[in-house]
Amino acid sequence: MGYIPHTDSEREAMLRVIGVKSVDELFTDVPARHRFPKLDLPEALSEMDAVAELRDLSEANVEAGHAACFLGAGAYNHFIPAAINHMLMRGEFYTAYTPYQPEISQGTLQAIFEYQSLIANLTGMEVSNASHYDGATATAEAVILALNQVRGRSRVVLSPALHPHYREVVRTYMQGTGVTLVGDDAVNSRDELERRSRASTLAEMVDSQTAMVIVQYPNFFGGFEDLTKLADAVHAAGALLAVVAYPHALGLLKTPGEMGADVVCGEGQPLGIPLSFGGPYLGYFATRKGFLHKMAGRVVGETQDKDGRRGYVLTLSAREQHIKRARASSNICTNQGLMALASAIYMSLMGKHGLRQAAQLSFNKAHYAAEKLGNLKGYGVATPEPFFNEFILRCPRPVAEINHELLEEWEILGGYDLGRDYPALKDHMLVAVTEMNTKQEIDALAEALSEAAGGAR
Amino acid sequence: MTEPTIYEISVAGRRGANLPDSDVPAVRLPAGLTRADLPLPELSEMDVVRHFLRLSQMNYSVDKGMYPLGSCTMKYNPKVNEDMARLPGFALSHPLQAGEFSQGALALMYQLQEWLKEIGGFAGITLQPAAGAHGELTGVLMMRAYHLARGDTKRNKILVPDSAHGTNPASSSMAGLKVVEIPSDAHGNIDLEAFRRVCDETTVGLMLTNPNTLGLFEEHVLEVAKAVHDCGGLLYGDGANLNALLGVVRPGDLGFDVMHYNLHKTFSTPHGGGGPGSGPVGVAAHLVDFLPGPLVGIVEEGEGDEPPLYGFITPAKSIGRMRAFHGNFGMLVRAYTYIRMLGASGLRAVADHSVLNANYLRVRLNKAYHVPHDRICMHEFVAEGQWKDAPGVRALDVAKRLMDYGFHPPTNYFPLIVHEALMIEPTETESKDTLDAFADALLRIAEEAKTQPELLTQAPHNAPVGRLDEVKAAKELVLCCRPVEMERA
Repeated sequence: MGYIPHTDSEREAMLRVIGVKSVDELFTDVPARHRFPKLDLPEALSEMDAVAELRDLSEANVEAGHAACFLGAGAYNHFIPAAINHMLMRGEFYTAYTPYQPEISQGTLQAIFEYQSLIANLTGMEVSNASHYDGATATAEAVILALNQVRGRSRVVLSPALHPHYREVVRTYMQGTGVTLVGDDAVNSRDELERRSRASTLAEMVDSQTAMVIVQYPNFFGGFEDLTKLADAVHAAGALLAVVAYPHALGLLKTPGEMGADVVCGEGQPLGIPLSFGGPYLGYFATRKGFLHKMAGRVVGETQDKDGRRGYVLTLSAREQHIKRARASSNICTNQGLMALASAIYMSLMGKHGLRQAAQLSFNKAHYAAEKLGNLKGYGVATPEPFFNEFILRCPRPVAEINHELLEEWEILGGYDLGRDYPALKDHMLVAVTEMNTKQEIDALAEALSEAAGGAR
Repeated sequence: MTEPTIYEISVAGRRGANLPDSDVPAVRLPAGLTRADLPLPELSEMDVVRHFLRLSQMNYSVDKGMYPLGSCTMKYNPKVNEDMARLPGFALSHPLQAGEFSQGALALMYQLQEWLKEIGGFAGITLQPAAGAHGELTGVLMMRAYHLARGDTKRNKILVPDSAHGTNPASSSMAGLKVVEIPSDAHGNIDLEAFRRVCDETTVGLMLTNPNTLGLFEEHVLEVAKAVHDCGGLLYGDGANLNALLGVVRPGDLGFDVMHYNLHKTFSTPHGGGGPGSGPVGVAAHLVDFLPGPLVGIVEEGEGDEPPLYGFITPAKSIGRMRAFHGNFGMLVRAYTYIRMLGASGLRAVADHSVLNANYLRVRLNKAYHVPHDRICMHEFVAEGQWKDAPGVRALDVAKRLMDYGFHPPTNYFPLIVHEALMIEPTETESKDTLDAFADALLRIAEEAKTQPELLTQAPHNAPVGRLDEVKAAKELVLCCRPVEMERA
């Protein structure tokens, strides 16, 4: 077992060539008293039995293919054209390594080059790298870029309407660096939270020690606004602006690049990648050419071979860990290559018209849902216009209880319980609507919520 | 053989994906907040499929042939793993749905945590890290937090052998620590004298790769572990080379306090052309409280035959989240399937055959290629790709010439302590026939180096493109293309 092809006679022949009698003799450097422990693992299963076990486990989960999904909060149930998976299943793509030998890796290299192009064009930026682990770690790398680019500053302003996981990851990454993170202290009222999330409030927080301001667009609560004035204020103070953008919304919305962002990064999962219980996803990262040398991650560049044929290579590797070691711009090595490929195929299939249409559908349906749900007795929409495809819904009962009923009785996956992260938003649900939600599903959600309100105490 | 870019084949007005009309009233977006143009390509589905299929055909891959990249463990990626990760109950479940409706996913994660702990000899584990380097950062942050929690605030430096992967020093720097390099001795082991001189009360710990990047098991590992512990430091294990140790020895038993696993190396999840990987981190009992949260735990024991209720738990002194959500879950499903189908004896067979294969190749090649530390190796070994009587030939040329023989080259120019390094890791999934064909090719290349060096220096001769101009790429920095009409404008 173990996908090992050796026959007994081949093994014997190999041992003879090596000059040892048994395989065990190859391990004499290993301290004898710790050698060959008995591992307490379950007995090996045949493929048939393993598949049955895994199928049972998978069926113990609720899934968005079955339930109507109104849960988003950073991971979204979008349409994924079938062709993507068929391309990802090509062994030539998924069983290849990082393209360090460009002559026999042009497929991966050109695909990453195209991914970089599509991301730059979608975000309105000049350059993109080959990917990060996810939106949260891409955001943490944006902070590191700012600290290296704007030397001698140690303060970073985080919008409280930046995804709670992203704020937590930035804090984890910064714990050894002496950087101060401000802007997202817990507040007691929804109005105060909304005020602090506004671009104008964040602009007032920028000072001469600030290296970067990070906002989300549309923000965690679904709302969006023009960030041009914030970018101007940030730049006037000599700092950088990072915009964590929902790529699906960029099918319609003004680009962060156009509004003056220095870094646009975030979660690429909405671009053709399945929910998969949280990963593998795709951290995308785009910036200006001037910041290239401080950017983390791999980058593919176009060049020529000795006969003048166009080809692609990994470039600017002098920034990276395998060359610069302790002085590298980041430790990143393996990233999310195959997920970048998935999103490149997605953006190519959806194209100029398809992505715009999908974004418009999400926008229409979210507004239809907000209208319906906001008018239900006991509920109210608490994200001010304009919002994109998510909004806060004030609820008459604890969200966890409502969601339990929605799933048990209606096969509906309800919205995210905002009270988990924001004390001011106890009994508030973040409802996400995408092109996948039919009018019928939204109507059923309204009916289900209305019924759930009946249980209000 | 070149393929036009996705923008070069775009045709104005062409459509790919097919979406329904809106079943609710259309709403207009606020003026001034919309984009004027969306510069994505316009293609039919077949245009896209053919384009990416043709690109795929320009790649080398494990499914095509032997990929002996040292330190990368390019073993076969079982097909059943791919199918399991795509089961709807896994692929379509939302990471934030309530735990009570995610029991299958949580049970799988819990089991995998338990198995990895058992395999590595650790008391706790996190499945969050998305890759090996991400695991390293996680581990180093935990080591730092451990010392600080004990009020031991003077520790600010990490010791790293000169043979280490570049990610080790880079991860330490990211955690705000100073990196001190330790030399290797003549046998490829850590230089104990030099190590003892710098290991002191300011040491956070030592990052050790074992087997090291020469493919050698660290002969003095118990002494090294004792020395680092005696000065109050912790021992970090880079688990990149764990393939050789499955069922052979548990790093936790040797005194490692922390170690990252690479599921995309040791546990057969595919490399995907540069990820996604997965880099879980195991820790000894004294570090369990510092693991990033959340972890999967049992929140309520089941009654009788009932399974327990699984849920997320955040450790008391957690360093915090390392990423959004819970980890590269799809990779966890693949690794679970692999371990479930191998069991303890299957895992041991993996280690045995990976080491058997590497030693077989070493002995077949060590007369034609100088192997600087020529003793029994683990799962890989390092040879030199240079000869005195072939002055114009370098390791890079050997690597490129191998492509003409239908093989992926070994890792070259790493580790940095060997000149013109060729680092060869065959893995256990290659057969004797394939190993022989590979050895024969390398032996012929060693001859060619002396008789027809231009065959090497001009190689590859039959790849989709010839050697590429990396200087031009770095100088001109063409990193993106745009719609053809925008390029012209």
